[in-house]
Amino acid sequence: ARYRKVDEDFFEELEEVLIAADVGVNTVMDLVDELKMEVKRQNIKDTKEIKDVISEKLVDIYYGDDDEEVEQLHLRDDELSVILVVGVNGVGKTTSIGKLAHQLQQDGKNVMLAAGDTFRAGAIEQLDIWGERAGVDVIKQSEGSDPAAVIYDGIKSAKSRNADVLICDTAGRLQNKVNLMNELAKVKRVIEREVPGAPHEVLLVLDATTGQNALSQAKTFSDATDVSGIVLTKLDGTAKGGIVLAIRNELQIPVKFVGLGEQVEDLEQFDAHAFVYGLFADLLEGDEE
Amino acid sequence: MAFEGLAERLQSTMKKITGKGKVSEQDVKEMTREVRLALLEADVNFKVVKDLIKRIKERAVGQEVMESLTPGQQVIKVVKEELSELMGGEQSKIAVADRPPTVIMMVGLQGAGKTTTTGKLANHLRKKHNRSPLLVAADVYRPAAVDQLETVGQQLGMPVFSKGTDANPVDIAKEAIEQAKNEHNDYVIIDTAGRLHVDENLMDELDQIKAAVKPDEIFLVADAMTGQDAVNVAESFNEQLELSGVVLTKLDGDTRGGAALSIRAVTGKPIKFAGMGEKLDQLEAFHPEGMASRILGM
Ligand SMILES: Nc1nc2c(ncn2[C@@H]2O[C@H](COP(=O)(O)OP(=O)(O)OP(=O)(O)O)[C@@H](O)[C@H]2O)c(=O)[nH]1
Ligand SMILES: Nc1nc2c(ncn2[C@@H]2O[C@H](COP(=O)(O)OP(=O)(O)OP(=O)(O)O)[C@@H](O)[C@H]2O)c(=O)[nH]1
Ligand SMILES: [K+]
Ligand SMILES: [Mg+2]
Ligand SMILES: [Mg+2]
Repeated sequence: ARYRKVDEDFFEELEEVLIAADVGVNTVMDLVDELKMEVKRQNIKDTKEIKDVISEKLVDIYYGDDDEEVEQLHLRDDELSVILVVGVNGVGKTTSIGKLAHQLQQDGKNVMLAAGDTFRAGAIEQLDIWGERAGVDVIKQSEGSDPAAVIYDGIKSAKSRNADVLICDTAGRLQNKVNLMNELAKVKRVIEREVPGAPHEVLLVLDATTGQNALSQAKTFSDATDVSGIVLTKLDGTAKGGIVLAIRNELQIPVKFVGLGEQVEDLEQFDAHAFVYGLFADLLEGDEE
Repeated sequence: MAFEGLAERLQSTMKKITGKGKVSEQDVKEMTREVRLALLEADVNFKVVKDLIKRIKERAVGQEVMESLTPGQQVIKVVKEELSELMGGEQSKIAVADRPPTVIMMVGLQGAGKTTTTGKLANHLRKKHNRSPLLVAADVYRPAAVDQLETVGQQLGMPVFSKGTDANPVDIAKEAIEQAKNEHNDYVIIDTAGRLHVDENLMDELDQIKAAVKPDEIFLVADAMTGQDAVNVAESFNEQLELSGVVLTKLDGDTRGGAALSIRAVTGKPIKFAGMGEKLDQLEAFHPEGMASRILGM
C-alpha cells in the first residue's frame, strides 16, 4: 500500500470528512489543532502512522475521564427493571424497543412492553406487532388514553406476572414542546413512584441522520427525564452520527446501542473504537489502494 | 445552546475592525469565516458552504462591503441575498393532470414523515382546492403502516385504498388508480415505505411504481433536522426518480434547518411545503426567505 503525506491538504480533508460525518465544526477544529501538535511532537510523516493517533484522540473526546464500561445496561437481577424510551418523532423508538425486547428475551429475561404512545396513528398496533416478533406481551389501552395511566398499568401487570424487564414506549415529541416534555416527566415520575430505583435506564433514541440538533435533543430530554444512554439508529445508511461525540463529551451521555436496519436482529452493542474509526475511514481507505 | 446567530457573531468580529476605520481584506476573511461557521453549525452541507463562501467572498472584497460604513451589515446583506438566490422563490402549487386523477407519490427515508404528510396533503387539497383525494397504502413493510394510514383516513373522513401487506406495492398503486377513476377521486396520493437511498432493491421498486402509474408529482419528504447526509439522500432520490418537489417536515422544532439549503442546492427542486406539527392541518406553504433567516439565526 502507498500512503500519502500528512500535510495541510491532509488536515483540510480530514476536517471535511469529519464535518461530513456530523461531528460538528467546533469539535472538529479543536481536534485538528490537537492533532497537528501531536503530529509535530511524534514527527509523524505519512498517513499509515496517523490512523491510530486520530482514533485515540477521537476515543479520548468520547470517553473523557470515564472508564469503558458505560455501554452496559444497568438492570436488576432480582426484581423488575423498567426501561423508559424517549426521543423526537420518527427516530426509531418503537422499532428499537422491539429489537431490544428480542435481545433481552434471548438472554433469558422475561420481558414486557407498555404502549405509552397513545397519540400517533397506528402506534399501538405497531408495538403490538413488534411484541409478537419478539415473543413478548404488550400492555396497552386505546388510542387517546393518558400515557401515564398506560405505564402505570404496565408496571402493575409486570409486577403481577413477575416480569424481569418492562420497556415503555412513548410518543415522539420535539424537545421544544414544553407541554409534551412535561407529560414525559410525569410518566417518569409514575415509574419512580411505583418501582423504587426505577427507571433503571432512560434511553434516548437518536437518528444518525440528524445533524447538530441532536445535541439540543440530548440536553432537553436529559433535563426532563435524566437520560442514561443513547440508541443511535439508522447507521445502516450513509449517515455517520458524529454528533454523539459532542453529546458524550458535553453531557456525559454514552451510546449503548446502535440500530443497523429494520429487522429484529438489527441492534448491536455500541463499540466506540469501531465507531470513531468509521467516522474518518473513508479518508484513509481511499489512500490504501 | 452554543449556537449564536450570524448577526451577533459578525458584531463581535466588527468590534475588532471598527477603530481601525478601514476594512481590509483580512477583515473580510474573518467575517466570511464567521459566516462559514454559522452555516456549518446550521447543518448546511460543507460542499454547499464552500461554494457559497466563495461567492460571498468575491462580492465582499468588492466595493459593496469594503467601502461601506457598515461592513458587517453589508456582509449580512450579501449573505442573505446569496441564500435567497439559492433557496429560490415561493412555490406551493400542486400539479393538476389533464385527465384526472392527478397522481402524487410520496418518497423518502424512514421516519421522515411521509404517511403523516400524505394525510396533510389530502386535507390541504380538500380544504384549499375542493378536491377529493384517495390515499393509497403502498407501504407493506413497516409494521402497522397500513393501520396508520387507515387511521389517518378515518380521522380525515377520506377513503384509503389498501390490500394488506401481502400484495405488491406496484400492483397496489395500479389498482388504486383504477378505483380512483371509478369512484371519481380526482387526486391519488401514494404513501410508500421509508427506504434508504442506498437500498437498490427498494429504490428500484419506486422506479417500478413510477413507471406503472406515471405520477404527476413525486415529493421527497425530508426531515428538517437532517444533517450533512441530506445531500446524499436528496441527490440519490432525485437521480433515481426525478423529483418534482420537496416537503420539509418537523419545522415546528428548533432546528436551524440547513438541510433545506443542501437539498435545494443539489436537486434544484423547490421545497413546496413545510410540516409544522403532528396534526393533519399542520402543513404550510414553504417560505424561502424566512428559511434563510432561520438558518442564519436571525
Ligand atoms: N434503516 C433503518 N431504519 C430504521 C432503524 N430503526 C428504525 N427504522 C425505521 O424508522 C422508521 C421509524 O421507526 P419507529 O420505530 O416507528 O420510530 P419512532 O421513534 O417510534 O416514531 P414515532 O413513534 O412516530 O415518534 C420505521 O420505518 C423503522 O422501520 C434502523 O436502525 N435502520
Ligand atoms: N412535530 C412534527 N412531527 C411530525 C411532522 N411530520 C411528521 N411528524 C411525526 O414524525 C413521525 C414519523 O412520521 P410518519 O408519517 O410515520 O413518517 P414516515 O416517513 O411515514 O415513516 P416510515 O413510513 O416509517 O418511513 C410521527 O411521529 C409523526 O407524527 C411535523 O411536521 N412535525
Ligand atoms: K428522521
Ligand atoms: Mg413510536
Ligand atoms: Mg410511513
